[in-house]
Amino acid sequence: MRYSALSLVKNALTGNRSWKPAWRDAAPKAAYDVLVIGGGGHGLATAYYLAKQHGLTNIAVLEKSWIGSGNAGRNTTIIRSNYLMPGNVPFYELSMQLWEGLEQDLNYNAMVSQRGVLNLYHSDPQRDAYARRGNSMRLHGVDAELLNREQVREMVPYLDFESARFPVQGGLLQRRGGTARHDAVVWGYARGADMRGVDIVQGCEVTGIRINSGRISGVETTRGFIAAGKVALAVAGNSSRLAGMAGLRLPIESHVLQAFVSEAIKPLIDTVITFGAGHFYVSQSDKGSLVFGGDIDGYNSYAQRGNLPVVEDVCESSMALMPMLGRLRVLRSWGGIMDMSMDGSPIIDKTPVEGLYLNSGWCYGGFKATPASGLCFAHLIARDAPHAAAAAYRLDRFATGRLIDEKGAGSQPNLH
Amino acid sequence: MRIACPYCGSRDAREFLYHGAADPERPDPAAADARSRFTDYVYLRDNPAGALRELWFHAAGCHSWLVVTRDTRTHAISGVVPAREQTKSASPEAG
Repeated sequence: MRYSALSLVKNALTGNRSWKPAWRDAAPKAAYDVLVIGGGGHGLATAYYLAKQHGLTNIAVLEKSWIGSGNAGRNTTIIRSNYLMPGNVPFYELSMQLWEGLEQDLNYNAMVSQRGVLNLYHSDPQRDAYARRGNSMRLHGVDAELLNREQVREMVPYLDFESARFPVQGGLLQRRGGTARHDAVVWGYARGADMRGVDIVQGCEVTGIRINSGRISGVETTRGFIAAGKVALAVAGNSSRLAGMAGLRLPIESHVLQAFVSEAIKPLIDTVITFGAGHFYVSQSDKGSLVFGGDIDGYNSYAQRGNLPVVEDVCESSMALMPMLGRLRVLRSWGGIMDMSMDGSPIIDKTPVEGLYLNSGWCYGGFKATPASGLCFAHLIARDAPHAAAAAYRLDRFATGRLIDEKGAGSQPNLH
Repeated sequence: MRIACPYCGSRDAREFLYHGAADPERPDPAAADARSRFTDYVYLRDNPAGALRELWFHAAGCHSWLVVTRDTRTHAISGVVPAREQTKSASPEAG
């Protein structure tokens, strides 16, 4: 059913009893042309674009739990394309453009809100670095504005501008950035894929990958063997485990990233603010809660929960930036497992196993990438050639030295 | 998370710095396949969901390097030994 004002009125008048589920909870068939492993945003977007742009509909998305239960539901919902490096900017800008048309494309309210993303700087060198980043963005046709202190004060007067240790000197603003509703993104893509014939199979965990003389033949799952001509991994957090089933080792470590929401308050923060002197980012959800986060915990983890030192660090950063936040109570915190790659950038590529495709290494920037990740991964799977916007995200770049290291941190995943 | 330093006793994990998996072994730069072995050493990791031998440095303590065996699914630590006492070839998991 297509959603419209008319369908809303019609269903309201009939007591909202005839709404249909937005997608089918499918049982797996014995064989598919393409199996997408991972029912998060990236996997569902991949299936959606495979069906919509490449006409492939004999597809299943396999999800071990329920769709959106992994990192799609464990992020801070920020969308932006304020990157520096040549391989990254065109990709994330493509994603930003897809966000801008996503709701019309999906006929689904993903609550995309271009409320702006403001990165604060607190020193002269940091101002130079942000000016450079802004220039790089503008050279790629992306919007960026360097604000001085007074312009920032006009936007967000409640920051601690007088802090002696970390005075706010200004900020780099991307007005087109903002937030989107994470669950709605998952549900919108699931519905769009399902409408085009894609099977969304929940509660189906992959336990093995079957390879015959170097070519993929299917996957073993908790619901039996499923044959497939192509298998696409979109399981960030667990990429190493799944790739390990195919005998591959990846340039990835799994780390836990925590995030938090406060109790709901009246409208206060109408943009996304990042603290440049620590690692802290905050926005306000439409329910009124402040949504915020900081660094990864810094050690390998598959636990989906973190430890107290990072909780304290995040809260200290928040207090340094907005002392008023000390009056707020934290309602919930959660942890997601990140694919921390060795250069801080993702991988969308074929693997040495014929018919096995890899989408991984999103570090903690995967949510904003969801639309472009799906679009480019679908292109790769359907045509066996990389999409132009993701051509730099090769698996072999670690061997050839073509790294995309935004932060310049080297092969130390807990520093990216 | 607390780590039982063999020299200092049980200490809060924030006294330590993390340096990742302990098992990657620096290859011989003179070996014929040194290039590909260095790529493996620098970039590729087993990244197990389960027991992992890893290096921690007691930065706010005795400054010793430790090999900690920790379950990455639960953060439970099952063993801590000084790195100098555990040569890699002596470990059954050395790769």
